[in-house]
Amino acid sequence: MTKLKPWLSLIGIAVFAVLLLGVAPLVLTDHWLSNLGKYCCWAIVAVGIGLAWGRGGMLVMGQGVFFALGAYSMAMHLTLETAGDGVPGFMVLYDPLAPLPAFWEPFRSAAFTLLAIVVLPVIVAGLLGYALFKRRVKGAYLAILTQALAVALATLISSTIRETGGDTGLSDFKYFFGFVLRDPANRQMVYLIAAALLVVCLLVVWQLYRSRFGELLVATRDAEERVRFLGYDPANIKLVAFVGSALMASIGGAMFVPIVGIITPAEIGAAASILMIAGVAFGGRASLFGPVLGAMAVGWGQSSLGSTWPDGWTYIIGLLFIVVILFLPQGLSSALARLTSAIRSTGERPAAATAAPELEEAKS
Amino acid sequence: MDALIPPLLNGSAQGALLLLAALGLSLTFGQMGVINMAHGEFLMIGAFTAYLVQQAIGSGDLSIPVALPVAFIVAGLLGLLLEASLIQWMYRRPLDTLLVTVGVSLILRQAALQLFPAQGVPVKTPDWLDGQVNILGYHWPMRQLFTVLLAIACVAALAAWLKYTSFGRRIRATVQNRDLAETAGIPTRTVDRLTFFVGSGLAGVAGVAASLIGGTNSQMGTQYIIPAFLVVVAGGIGQLKGTVIAAWVVGVALSCFAYWTTGSLAQVLAFILVIVFLQLRPQGLFTVRSRSLV
Repeated sequence: MTKLKPWLSLIGIAVFAVLLLGVAPLVLTDHWLSNLGKYCCWAIVAVGIGLAWGRGGMLVMGQGVFFALGAYSMAMHLTLETAGDGVPGFMVLYDPLAPLPAFWEPFRSAAFTLLAIVVLPVIVAGLLGYALFKRRVKGAYLAILTQALAVALATLISSTIRETGGDTGLSDFKYFFGFVLRDPANRQMVYLIAAALLVVCLLVVWQLYRSRFGELLVATRDAEERVRFLGYDPANIKLVAFVGSALMASIGGAMFVPIVGIITPAEIGAAASILMIAGVAFGGRASLFGPVLGAMAVGWGQSSLGSTWPDGWTYIIGLLFIVVILFLPQGLSSALARLTSAIRSTGERPAAATAAPELEEAKS
Repeated sequence: MDALIPPLLNGSAQGALLLLAALGLSLTFGQMGVINMAHGEFLMIGAFTAYLVQQAIGSGDLSIPVALPVAFIVAGLLGLLLEASLIQWMYRRPLDTLLVTVGVSLILRQAALQLFPAQGVPVKTPDWLDGQVNILGYHWPMRQLFTVLLAIACVAALAAWLKYTSFGRRIRATVQNRDLAETAGIPTRTVDRLTFFVGSGLAGVAGVAASLIGGTNSQMGTQYIIPAFLVVVAGGIGQLKGTVIAAWVVGVALSCFAYWTTGSLAQVLAFILVIVFLQLRPQGLFTVRSRSLV
């Protein structure tokens, strides 16, 4: 975006919040509200991708990993809540006397689950990011390594049927922290939580982007060496953005579970991780609202077109990648920004938008 | 020995297959800086070509020797088309080539799903490839030996092409300093196109080998692309010998891990192995010495 006055973005967030939290529950049917909740979850992930990729220049193609950490933490808790004191049904299926695997046990506690949703991605992304950024792994390497991790995790979950439900995943949740999930009022509450979390994430990145850290992050993206020469450690700056984006992916995953009612490896593997990228690229990776709106548009496309015309939908997503990246590398929001600045251009500076000169070289 | 030699033999074949899949990537990524995520789908196209050749001439002894050059040309031409239509516009935007080719790979995969049965097609192994050879008292399937020999042949041909032909010299000159090469009269655009043709064609050859060992279906590309990239990265960008060694190590490691644990755990372990290795040598096994600021 051209340098909009910060309060203008803030008003945008406020309008968005009113639409999401006030208007949507009044006008949408339960079915569409639940769908919108699902898009909100993807949008939360997208805000994180925008932070890491759009602002930080780190293309992370494995957000599914962190999505999975949040989603499976939540799903394990909800499964145990449904199972009561017993062992979840799918485990008993193979061996009636099987004990609960040790790593499931702590997820009986609601507090532990909530803590895990926040702390697990921070630990994993922190260790991974530290290992990669300190050794200056970046660009395509980072993209491929993170995608490899997503593939590995999805394969691992697929193959551990007894511990994680395998390909069928975890589903049939009856309760959400004591609330009956079948009750429409409670489903609305779950939607409102997801929507509110999305607004909070937007506020957080809005504040981040205008802070000194936000400036440093963009500087690191555009000229990492100069940032280093100025005495900052780019690795630390990137690490913070990477961990932040992982945390948002985890939160998105955690809310996805009660809204959609099922989590499977298919939702976290390479294909799903790429779909998350598609939305961000489509909307505009470096802008504040681009990732959110892009992710919601792709989510909507998938649930409407994808269910009625799955073959065509895959072609559309493929073409979307090609057309957007080739002609609109900064996404639709840059097209809008260019349009508005063209309309009111009265000899002012042309909109350089957030044109990110991709300085990272594949060979670096 | 029982726990060592079978996974070693099997792993060598797996490594050879990985090497074939990674060779083309090493060429296009290493020499040109283009990250082609559709490389796995070119491999898939090679495998389907093998099937179509067998449909056309029967699955006799000649089917595989015929399929190899045909797959090379088919995949190579598709690569040429990709280069001319999309990639030539984005040589200075490596991360964007990655995303664009992700789109291409989605489209190719979906097209394969609609053109061929979803469960895949059978590529029949000719009789001369069906037997086993005896190595130190262990039976080694002929197909695996064939894959290893094919990989060796491809590496030798590629290395000789790059080192001894004038075209190879032009490629290396273009890679080292594009502007200077152009000034010296080297047609760098032609060099780009031919490099891409050969790189993609090698994926087609890899596909024929893969069709003999694994299944031939629309999802097979995704199965090879990530390990192949890991091999290129671990071997060092643009380093043929690094790619060879890394492919063999990753292949044997995957095979050993799978033998000792389970197949899926093996993938996770191999991934961790590469990350740890990159900690020790961030630029891969072999590096080009450079004074540029990373």
